[in-house]
Amino acid sequence: MSLLHLAIVLPFLSAVFIPFLFKGFRNIHTGWFVLLVPLTLFIYFIQFMPLTRDGQTVTKTVEWIPSLGINFIAHLDGLGLLFALLITGIGSLVVLYSIYYLAKEKEALHNFYVYLLMFMGAMLGVVLSDNLIVLYMFWEFTSISSFLLIGYWYDRERSRYGAQKSMLITVFGGLSMLGGIVLLYIMGNTFSIQELIGMSTTLITEPLFIPALILILLGAFTKSAQFPFHIWLPDAMEAPTPVSAYLHSATMVKAGIYLVARMSPVFAESGLWLWLVAAFGIFTLFWGSFNAVKQTDLKAILAYSTISQLGLIMSLLGLGAAALHYDQLDDNVYMIATIAAVFHLINHATFKGSLFMMAGIVDHETGTRDIRKLGGLVNLMPITFTIAIIGSFSMAGLPPFNGFLSKEMFLTGMISVFELDLFNLSTWGVLFPVLAWVASVFTFIYSIKLVFKTFLGKPQFDKLPKKPHEAPIGMLISPIILVTLVVVFGFFPNLLSNTMIKPAVEAILPSLVASGQTVDVNIYFWHGFTPELFMTLGIILTGIVLYSTLAKWQKIYNRIPERFTLNGMYDRSLSRSESGGYRLTNGVMSGFMRTYLVYIFSFFVAILLSTLIIKDGFSIDTSNLAEIKAYEVVLALVMIAGAVTILFVKSRLTSIIALGVVGYSVALFFVLFRAPDLALTQLVIETVTVALFLLCFYHLPEISRKEERMRFRFGNAFLSMLVGLTITLISISSFSSRSFDSISQYHIDNVYDLAAGGNMVNVILVDFRGFDTLFEICVLGVAGLGIYAMIRFRGPREEKK
Amino acid sequence: MKKTNDVILQTVTSVISFMIILFALHLFFAGHYEPGGGFVGALITSAALVLLLLAYDIKTLKAILPFDFKIMTAAGLLMSVLTATGALLFNKPFLTHAFDYFTLPILGKTSLHTAVFFEIGVYLVVIGVTMTIIQTIGESE
Repeated sequence: MSLLHLAIVLPFLSAVFIPFLFKGFRNIHTGWFVLLVPLTLFIYFIQFMPLTRDGQTVTKTVEWIPSLGINFIAHLDGLGLLFALLITGIGSLVVLYSIYYLAKEKEALHNFYVYLLMFMGAMLGVVLSDNLIVLYMFWEFTSISSFLLIGYWYDRERSRYGAQKSMLITVFGGLSMLGGIVLLYIMGNTFSIQELIGMSTTLITEPLFIPALILILLGAFTKSAQFPFHIWLPDAMEAPTPVSAYLHSATMVKAGIYLVARMSPVFAESGLWLWLVAAFGIFTLFWGSFNAVKQTDLKAILAYSTISQLGLIMSLLGLGAAALHYDQLDDNVYMIATIAAVFHLINHATFKGSLFMMAGIVDHETGTRDIRKLGGLVNLMPITFTIAIIGSFSMAGLPPFNGFLSKEMFLTGMISVFELDLFNLSTWGVLFPVLAWVASVFTFIYSIKLVFKTFLGKPQFDKLPKKPHEAPIGMLISPIILVTLVVVFGFFPNLLSNTMIKPAVEAILPSLVASGQTVDVNIYFWHGFTPELFMTLGIILTGIVLYSTLAKWQKIYNRIPERFTLNGMYDRSLSRSESGGYRLTNGVMSGFMRTYLVYIFSFFVAILLSTLIIKDGFSIDTSNLAEIKAYEVVLALVMIAGAVTILFVKSRLTSIIALGVVGYSVALFFVLFRAPDLALTQLVIETVTVALFLLCFYHLPEISRKEERMRFRFGNAFLSMLVGLTITLISISSFSSRSFDSISQYHIDNVYDLAAGGNMVNVILVDFRGFDTLFEICVLGVAGLGIYAMIRFRGPREEKK
Repeated sequence: MKKTNDVILQTVTSVISFMIILFALHLFFAGHYEPGGGFVGALITSAALVLLLLAYDIKTLKAILPFDFKIMTAAGLLMSVLTATGALLFNKPFLTHAFDYFTLPILGKTSLHTAVFFEIGVYLVVIGVTMTIIQTIGESE
């Protein structure tokens, strides 16, 4: 266990203490304790910066399940560090902000911060794991914590809806990704990303390469809300605003981008990868920005804007893959796409984080986020206005903010498509710069709308639920820090270029570094009169024209009928699968135990007998048998008599006694065959079961055998004989065919030396096969709770009847 | 329900049940060398409790043992899992047990074993579950 591992699990460990801190120190906002965690981690991770700047990586391994190739390998390189710093850095600011956003008197803070810390740890795990299975585990943790956080105000119907939607979509993607991981394992025989990267040239020729690529991308696209999976993100805005700022704009939704970046070295040689990632990205960019303009809720605008910006980064990563095909070039222009992706990732976290916090402040201080009710807040909330204007101008790509720089680089990347002559990009590729430009126009429009409709225009304070005023300073600190970064990165982008961007790009394109190319990151404002500059000017002019004529062309949004929207399709398929599942269950579940037993036994017989026949597994070998003693025959006859009696007696009490006879005879057999442990257990079990049965009988209705039809009885008789036959055949075969030596000798040899025990059965139970026992008591515990719940909580349903 | 005269059963039970429980404890600790163990020990203990239940009634049993058996189940599970996890702290695989020999007063040379904690967990779970089931079914009239 290294310090790096400890850093990853620290949030999980500290989450344990949160409920106690919440209960113990009611006067202190729990957030202050929580704040220490991301802050400590941020300071810890920033120490790695000199290391990754020199191109070094840190790898630490803790063995977890070595026999399956699953180890907890923490791998820290430029890309991982960039994300780790984002997670802990934005995390600290968000926790600080939440202290003022969530009142300690009325909110369930212990839940909130436990989920938040769980998310933080999971996210660190995702970006710092080298083992794909471990990565997958943390990946699903982020989905679960996101689910819990979206549903934090679980008494609201919309929250539950949004939580369920995000869970269904992201877990669907997660499971696809697991499929992709397994396919990669089949091809490369390893779960380690670094080892897979080493094999990328051979992997691409495998037949499973394409399915693996698509499955992994499904995971990334669902998580990063790419079209058509983006529909969960707007509904996720039901979460408290600090959560939206943290999970649904700065970190979790970027996990998909991280995955694409991380897996680029494995897949990027393929043309399909380039096309899929770039095309889905650019279309999402367009669709998100197009839809953002029609929204009237501040957070909904920001949600669609996040979707669109994620698409932007995604498309850049896709086009960046083209650099791999031109590795002879001295000055590789395609590398700029990847550089822009990383740079924009950082920028987006800063400006979008601040905008979300701004939306939260407006909501908190005015009681609404509806821009139709807002307006004229500039005089009352000057600081918030300043934050908003810096954030949204950066988002719109205006100088002198950091968004301008990355937007210019994005346009450069898109224009470079014209020069690409591979994978048919020269024909359809024209769409890339066109869509990029159109999307940028819409981005400009909604950015302006966001600020102008909220802060300028006619004041209409009578429509607001609260009397608006400036937010307390504590709430303003975090967004002020973020917008300061927006400005600082705008003027001094090269603060980042060698420390953060270059190491990250080198991690995304390792083969270029290996072939001797240097990643040159040089970001500056003035490029001369380039096409990019004219495109930006065009965006601003067209944007202003369209914004002022918004009322005239806004009608086009109503053209898409509700039936054909993605949300409509999602809702319909959900309700259909629910009603279908309900019908199926109603058809199968009769409420009678005997019907269920018929299902279970039919399946049991069908699967086992058919296996026995298909595999030709039956064999009989009488050479190794002990002789049968007379008292064994007697005992067996008693058992048979007991079993037959059960069938014909009229009362339940007699049946249970007859069943007891069978059980006790079995115990006697154990005694005869010198298995005292089994005999003891069997005897006690039999006794306790009889007592339990007697208790249950008290509640059962009168036995009514006459109702059963003849056909049903014959069917049952036939089935039970088949079960008997199956068991008999299998026991004879298993005794007669020994494929392996018995493990008994190993136990006999080692029972004293390894476990210091004399009773082999017990040593097997607690030591050699302790896992079985552990699971058994778990099952037992669950069964006990299940019975308790079934009996205790059936009240309301009966009332309904 | 009609009243029955249970004097003999009740008198016998109050003596016998302690013997059964003592025997169960003996089986529990003997388990590592002789027949016995946590599972059987727990079952016999529950059998003794069931006997008490049959001779008296649920209210009496609740007065004698005022535990929440659900919590007992949970405590048992936690104990077993923690014992199993404890091995990780010593860089051993999950569920590795440790033992050593000690010379104790009266008992002489004895081996002490972490498996006992695991077994105590099993013991608690089995009693907890059995009694939870019996109590809920019995009380649900």
